Amino acid sequence: MLQLEKRPNPSQVWGYLAPILAVITTMIGGGVMFALLGKDPFEAIRTIFYDPLFSEFAWYYRPQLLIKGAPLILIAIGLSMGFRAGIWNIGAEGQYIIGAICGAGAALSVYPLDSVFIFPVMILFGAIGGFAWAMIPAILKTKFGTNEILVSLMLVYVAEQLLASMSLGLMKNPKGFGFPGSRNLQQYASAHNAELWTGTAIHMGVVFALISVIFAYIMLARHQMGFHIRLTGESPKAAKFAGVNPNKLVIYCLGFSGALAGLAGMFEVAGPSGQISIDFNVGYGFTAIIVAFLGRLNPFGIMLAGLLMALTYIGGEIAQSSLGLPSAAIQALQGMLLFFLLALDMLTNFKLKLAKAEVRI
Amino acid sequence: MSKTLLHLSGLTKAYPGVIANDDVSFDIGAGEIHALLGENGAGKSTLVKMIYGLVRPDHGTMLLAGDNFTPAEPRAARAAGVAMVFQHFSLFEALSVAENIALGMENPPKANALSTGITDVSQAYGLPLDPERLVGDLSAGERQRVEIIRCLLQKPKLLIMDEPTSVLTPQEVTTLFTTLRKLKADGTSILYISHKLEEIRTLCETATILRGGKKVATCDPREKSARELAEMMVGGKLKSAKLQKTTLGEVVLKVSDLSLPPQSAFGTSLKSISFQLYKSEVLGIGGVAGNGQDELLACLSGEVRTAADAIQLNGVSLGHMPPNTRRALGVLAAPEERLGHAAAPDMTLTENAMLTAMTRKNLSHSGFLDWPRAEAYAKLVIDQFDVRTPGPHSAARSLSGGNLQKFVIGREVLQDPEVLIVNQPTWGVDAAAAADIRQALLDLASRGAAVIVISQDLDELMEISTNFAALNAGRVSDARPMAELSLDEIGLLLGGADAAA
Repeated sequence: MLQLEKRPNPSQVWGYLAPILAVITTMIGGGVMFALLGKDPFEAIRTIFYDPLFSEFAWYYRPQLLIKGAPLILIAIGLSMGFRAGIWNIGAEGQYIIGAICGAGAALSVYPLDSVFIFPVMILFGAIGGFAWAMIPAILKTKFGTNEILVSLMLVYVAEQLLASMSLGLMKNPKGFGFPGSRNLQQYASAHNAELWTGTAIHMGVVFALISVIFAYIMLARHQMGFHIRLTGESPKAAKFAGVNPNKLVIYCLGFSGALAGLAGMFEVAGPSGQISIDFNVGYGFTAIIVAFLGRLNPFGIMLAGLLMALTYIGGEIAQSSLGLPSAAIQALQGMLLFFLLALDMLTNFKLKLAKAEVRI
Repeated sequence: MSKTLLHLSGLTKAYPGVIANDDVSFDIGAGEIHALLGENGAGKSTLVKMIYGLVRPDHGTMLLAGDNFTPAEPRAARAAGVAMVFQHFSLFEALSVAENIALGMENPPKANALSTGITDVSQAYGLPLDPERLVGDLSAGERQRVEIIRCLLQKPKLLIMDEPTSVLTPQEVTTLFTTLRKLKADGTSILYISHKLEEIRTLCETATILRGGKKVATCDPREKSARELAEMMVGGKLKSAKLQKTTLGEVVLKVSDLSLPPQSAFGTSLKSISFQLYKSEVLGIGGVAGNGQDELLACLSGEVRTAADAIQLNGVSLGHMPPNTRRALGVLAAPEERLGHAAAPDMTLTENAMLTAMTRKNLSHSGFLDWPRAEAYAKLVIDQFDVRTPGPHSAARSLSGGNLQKFVIGREVLQDPEVLIVNQPTWGVDAAAAADIRQALLDLASRGAAVIVISQDLDELMEISTNFAALNAGRVSDARPMAELSLDEIGLLLGGADAAA
């Protein structure tokens, strides 16, 4: 029989090996699933993981990787701070939506004014919007002891309703022939989150994602706040003994993740998406949870995980159109990735051992 | 004593990486109180678990009254006549004594018959206990009686007791010993596990000493001195902490009217605690677990905030201050729970050094942490306090209890505190490490610091305290010089009778 035995010190080798093995086992598990769906598993896996990077159309897909990856990384970096401290913001999707509404609102309210200050103000509003939305579960938790998981999750649905109301009412494009949705910010130069270098798909959001990775790394490795976050996650009682104020930590972690999610929403609405519409959000806020864990809550790990997850999105879309795979199968594949990672993660702290049968006297 | 009840021969049990018992053989006579002595990790609990059917030995045989004895589970052991009283009770507070006892029996008799049985046994063995009372209302000593009576109702041939006196006041210990002697007179054998040597010397006629999983000796403890027994346990010469005669300086810490409502459903409230702590003093605060030890430490360390004036250091009110502000002023603490409170288990020793030394050792510059300095400090603690570990990169949980405790105490002592508060500094620590820790606390006091030692180990408090106060139900008695107190007086104080009143 197999038995788990706790290691005295966490294994470094397994820390690096687990995510790689998780990807491989996901390919195998996914292949089995695709085979059961009646598709050629090898072709499906190649389409999802290989084609976006190396096929003849890769020149189109590679920049897409940054467009999809940037918001995932930005949100996941924020979430990872809280997750490390045991503060579970599940509502990044809602903060993402509110950030987008606030950022777009700032631009639309002064349309068609032309000024270099508009875009920075939009960035600020996007961050503040996400921050404020995250403050609702934060304050309820610190003042009344509510569960931040439930409150932040419920607020996603409130945010979605708000988004629908905005695209049908307040922010509806007056020249939109009655269709729901705001003006397209891509056609409003002062507000457009344009490519910084043509053809690279690197927009301001990508830059911010990179900055957030570096910021988070310094924070966790070198700063007192990061140390207190890690300490709280490891052992809340020891953290209290060390002088950590748990309420301040809740406000900080939820606020930080909310602000980053809001930024991601703002960069999206001002760039790739272009407008506030009913179906503006596509689940980045939820997928970022997987990204955060896949990256082992480590900033650089999250960067790689974000790109990998973006790959499954893009590859998944190709597989949907060229192989006719259902989109649910792609989501199941992403779920498998998290599942296998969490399972293999056990091996960082535990050893597998063959249990010896006890000898009878 | 002529007849052998339980014969153990060549018992061996290995766990991954450690041999818990290595070829252990000895006999327990009928009607004998047999002591099992050894440090933590010497293999006492594994041995007892094998006898009680919780663990199966890899090799070796056991004979109970001449028959082969291989209990597959505790139920089989109980059926064969082996009963055990554990160190930690398994009782439901919301149920009565009789209901609790019925729950632990295979075929409980009707309620009336059971109550009569309980009353009979309790009278026969001098264990006063009302079967109808709720366990939640009982003291630790009374709860232990419930466990003992539960065992006695099965009329055991062998009763195993694991550290039975660790939760008792001296008076309760005397009552317990009377009971055990009666049992012995009736022909019941008792296997008595303890590390309190004086107790063993008064109670037991045979002692088996384990060290590192091996049997060192079986001897008559009455013929050996406590020191000889301890040295057999440790396998070397033992240092004993020496209290240097120093005159107490001026008042450093003043606690006045410190009260705290219970922090949780089962928490203890602190009730109007007042005392003064002098320079160079070691104030021993004794008391049975659950009387407010953790709460008192939390109030002093700053984990729980109180009225500002309740705690004053050299005239500065600090009851409202968070832990790090107090540390900056010189008030340091080491809580009882080593893993998970004093130290974060999965973090390295360097990170754990950062945990409390950030302020006083200047390990943080405007929020940015100086890890090289933290590592140097962790190394210093490891060297000065002889912490056995591969180095500061080891996770705290990889250290043995004694080594981690040396690290935790060393981490605070080397920060040169003005006041150091420690809770159970040597709980579960091997004798050699315990002696080192006590010496370190005394040295700190002789350098002019004031030390509060909260402990349930009276021997320890008698060894190192200048003054003694008892903590009972959230109240602290007036502090009195340790040298003037007799064991009886201490027992009364622990029981809640304030000698001054």
